[in-house]
Amino acid sequence: MRERLATAAYVLRANPVSLAALALLALLFGAALFGPALAPYDPLATNTSLALRPPSAAHWFGTDQLGRDVFSRVVVATRLDLAIAFAAVALSLAIGAAIGAATGYFGGFADAAVGRVVDVLMAFPLFVLAMAMVAALGNSVSSVVIATAVINLPFYIRLARAETQMRRHLGYVEAARVGGSGHLRILRVFLLPNIAPPLIVQASLNLGWAVLNAAGLSFIGLGVRAPTPEWGIMVAEGAQFIISGRWWLSVFPGLALMIAVFAFNLLGDALRDIVDPRSRT
Amino acid sequence: MNVLLRRLLGVVPTLAGVVVATFVLTRILPGDPAVFFTSSPSADAATIEAVRQKLGLDQPLWRQFVIYVGALLRGDLGQSITTGQPVLTDLLQRLPASAELTIVAFALAVAVAIPLGVAAALRPGSLVDHLCRLIATAGVSLPTFVTGLLLIYLFYYLAGVAPEPMGRLDPFATAPPRLTGFLLIDALAARNGEVFVSAARQLILPAATMAIFALAPLARMTRAAMIASLGSDFVRTARANGLKWRTIVVTYALRNALLPIITTLGMVFSYMLGANVLVERVFAWPGIGSYALDALIGLDYAPVQGFMLAMAAIFVAINLIVDIAYSIADPRTGLFGHA
Repeated sequence: MRERLATAAYVLRANPVSLAALALLALLFGAALFGPALAPYDPLATNTSLALRPPSAAHWFGTDQLGRDVFSRVVVATRLDLAIAFAAVALSLAIGAAIGAATGYFGGFADAAVGRVVDVLMAFPLFVLAMAMVAALGNSVSSVVIATAVINLPFYIRLARAETQMRRHLGYVEAARVGGSGHLRILRVFLLPNIAPPLIVQASLNLGWAVLNAAGLSFIGLGVRAPTPEWGIMVAEGAQFIISGRWWLSVFPGLALMIAVFAFNLLGDALRDIVDPRSRT
Repeated sequence: MNVLLRRLLGVVPTLAGVVVATFVLTRILPGDPAVFFTSSPSADAATIEAVRQKLGLDQPLWRQFVIYVGALLRGDLGQSITTGQPVLTDLLQRLPASAELTIVAFALAVAVAIPLGVAAALRPGSLVDHLCRLIATAGVSLPTFVTGLLLIYLFYYLAGVAPEPMGRLDPFATAPPRLTGFLLIDALAARNGEVFVSAARQLILPAATMAIFALAPLARMTRAAMIASLGSDFVRTARANGLKWRTIVVTYALRNALLPIITTLGMVFSYMLGANVLVERVFAWPGIGSYALDALIGLDYAPVQGFMLAMAAIFVAINLIVDIAYSIADPRTGLFGHA
């Protein structure tokens, strides 16, 4: 553990960009935790006499077509967008690791069957599959979470399966078996902790992508509904005003999205450098 | 050729799974299409029942599936309720718009990303390398729909050089006679330079939007693969033997770096198929993505089903092409039985 921390400190020192990512992440988590308290205006309060005002001292990011404060909406939306991404990634990590480890360990018919299902899931463009799933499950935050989790499952299943298969005949697993550990105990105590690092790296690389996916779904009108403050919806609502030059409606939530994805991607890269220094690109 | 045949056969179970998955997914879509179809709140139960029978919705699910597969084998994807046309006709009519956009964007991305990645790998730590890294990180982080809107703001509103982001052709231009459905090709075939320019001007922003998104992983992978292959023993030997620098880079290093690049190409293309929906939405592009989206919102089963099948089929075909390209780039993988 101490060794890992030392590597982490080294990676951070050697790569100032990772430090910047940490700062951005702190900013995002701050906005997510304290968003409603930080926002200067009520994100839902309309005021048509102040509609479509450009950014000013009173309204830093301007106001939208209903006179709502864009800054407040962007800040308040952080919690929802991050929560969706984290929930989805955590779900697919937990389920994917369990299925992948079990199929990799036991093999046989279940392994072949899961492999087929994974192949079919992977045969669709991911975003298209997510679209259809949200439509089927109904427009709600939980269907966005489920859809995002399901389309990511194949990656976790494959990774966990491969990592488990590699290890199941290693000396320490055989030793545990001879020592009288049951299959479940071997999986839980000896295999899962060992396959965790690559899975966690995959999860952190996946977070930014999950944010994009959720926002994309809201952008096309699936998932989170107006007037809930959410980055994807805000970009979509501002889209019709961009051809008349009112850029602030879409650009600020778009920027927030970009910062979130950027920070998560850098975090994932840094984590990967710490866990597996050879795979640096 | 034997291996290639086996690879082709391996596609069959996947496609069968795709058909089942598409069927199940579209059947659990909410809402009753029969109610939607009659589309008047005063329609009585008998009318709705009649429509339901006509659509085959009164049958048990397994019967519906058998009927569906039977129709599919005859090339019948069903009728769209909203357009009133067979889905296959609708899809074929709109596919060229999406294909033209995707292919031009893909070509753009490859033309920029591979030279950039190679240049970055040749001089690690140089200005080009930093530029490559910047583009790679920024490109992945920018959501396509935001990039599209930014480009519209910059080039349509501020600079005024791009046309209004509405569809494939200037509203005052007349479309060339349809040969392939690709406007650029059709305009050339009709020797109509004006239409060609108009279509190209409409195409450039959406294509650039998709290309920016596709650039990043490509440039990054090209750089990584080139650095690895430039550091290998055979490049050192080639240099020691005094081969021309150009030969070393192109014939030796790039050829050997191709495998991971081809894999990424396949991945990027499939991402682009998904991103198509978003880009078409931003630019009011009349492709299959916006068609499926309209159908999805209108609870119109058949087009969504057809769209998902078409996407999955294209996807599987691309994976096949990637495998074939693989064995051309590296005969050791032996899809053609050289080894």
